[in-house]
Amino acid sequence: MTETWSPSDRELERRRIRRRQRLQRVSTATAVTVVVLGLAGWGVTLTPGWDRFQETFLSWEDAKDSFPSIRHGFWLNVKLFLVCEVFILALGLAVALARQARSAWLAPVRVVAVVYTDVFRGIPTILLVLIMAFGVPALNLQGLTTDPYVWAGVALVLSYGAYVAEVFRSGIDSIHPSQVNSASALGLSRPQTLRFVVVPQAVRRVVPPLLNDFVSLQKDTALVAVAGVFDSMFAARDYASYNFNFTSYVVVAVFFVVMTVPLARYCDWLQRRWMERERAGAL
Amino acid sequence: MSLLELESIRKCYADKVVLDDVDLRVDRSDVVCLIGSSGSGKSTLLRCVNLLEQLDDGVIRLDGREISDPLVDPREVRKRIGMVFQAYNLFPHLTVLDNCTLAPRRVHGVARRDAEARARDLLAQFGLSEHVDKHPDRLSGGQQQRAALVRALCTGPEILLLDEITAALDPELVGEVLTIVRGLAEAGTTMVIATHEMSFARDVATTVCFLDQGRILEQGPPAQLLTDPREERTRQFLGRVLPPKG
Repeated sequence: MTETWSPSDRELERRRIRRRQRLQRVSTATAVTVVVLGLAGWGVTLTPGWDRFQETFLSWEDAKDSFPSIRHGFWLNVKLFLVCEVFILALGLAVALARQARSAWLAPVRVVAVVYTDVFRGIPTILLVLIMAFGVPALNLQGLTTDPYVWAGVALVLSYGAYVAEVFRSGIDSIHPSQVNSASALGLSRPQTLRFVVVPQAVRRVVPPLLNDFVSLQKDTALVAVAGVFDSMFAARDYASYNFNFTSYVVVAVFFVVMTVPLARYCDWLQRRWMERERAGAL
Repeated sequence: MSLLELESIRKCYADKVVLDDVDLRVDRSDVVCLIGSSGSGKSTLLRCVNLLEQLDDGVIRLDGREISDPLVDPREVRKRIGMVFQAYNLFPHLTVLDNCTLAPRRVHGVARRDAEARARDLLAQFGLSEHVDKHPDRLSGGQQQRAALVRALCTGPEILLLDEITAALDPELVGEVLTIVRGLAEAGTTMVIATHEMSFARDVATTVCFLDQGRILEQGPPAQLLTDPREERTRQFLGRVLPPKG
């Protein structure tokens, strides 16, 4: 059957029309983008302070000079982010699951989880960093580190853990009750149902908002600078105050953008793959 | 001139040919039943008519005008065609009434009061008066499917496409949905129905088409096709799905 078929003239004409329509769409999109961005860029250069701005924020020399120390500090941000992310995911999921607990014995756990999310979501992250980084070492606890870098990291974990817990919880709540029913019908216990049926589906559903929180976390690792940790932000501020030039801030900004974009693309790709696998043919 | 004309329709998913050289004519007040095993292309055919799928070849005409033309706005076509799905596909966040008035109000520009009056009227006809303000998940399968039928009818479509609308229902509920479809057929509604209910097809169809591997193997009036088919393949299929005579 397949070998003998060749497209009819009408079909060939339709394909030509569709191709033309596509071309039209692409060229319109390109033209609009170029015009809008062009106008915006042109508008900026027209501002009265543009020359000064260029000198103080976009100086190539200063970018080159500040680059090595910022790169050095940025490595600290990356490490902090990678370590914190693991703990945040674990903490967030644990808290979300604690709020799902139905057993009477686990009632106190549920209360702690609710109070934790309420309190730590409410405190501005920068305050939490200051409190933890300066407050905990001041307690003079034996055997605990006084390194502000560590405590600033703990502050980030506590703050973001609360956000991520809520994201997980909304994901868990969004799974249709019929899924729980069919798992119960197969004889799975409630923890098993959560572990094998609900959570895997919930996690997929909340990848975009999770990513959102992680991009936010990547940026907020710069908050450790307030605790005196020599990260990229601190390095940039250091450079700016010594040289009266703010280009170093732009350099840090570029660093952060460069770090977040690949993660976003990776998550897009991951989601598309899941969707293709699970929705193939099921319409 | 036929209301709906399909000419040499071809549709593939990747390299799998789902519809192959399908021709079909549907006149006003015709009830065309598509029968055939799962995967024979019945649903895809309906989805193509509603332009939910892009054809790989062939021409579809509605009222003599080619709707498979890329320059035709698919929404204009869909305004004139109603479709009901196997899984009901009601919107769970809207009440039954809001499900039924969404398209009339937003797409057809009917005033809220008129749209609701018409929807209530149809819902009452279909025995759903007491469920008007409930959300779909509160209803039984049969009630949901009736609500889905009302939703499709509320826009006053010229053709109704029914895609195995009883496949997810138990036999008792099948009856209540099919009675309604039978009523629509008697009222002269033009319908194309993909179905596994042979006795229903025999009762209401003006034409029955047997699909096999993406082709309409044979078509004819139900009395002829369901009792004395020409093709051996059709005979085999009917032998398996029809209850033995006795």
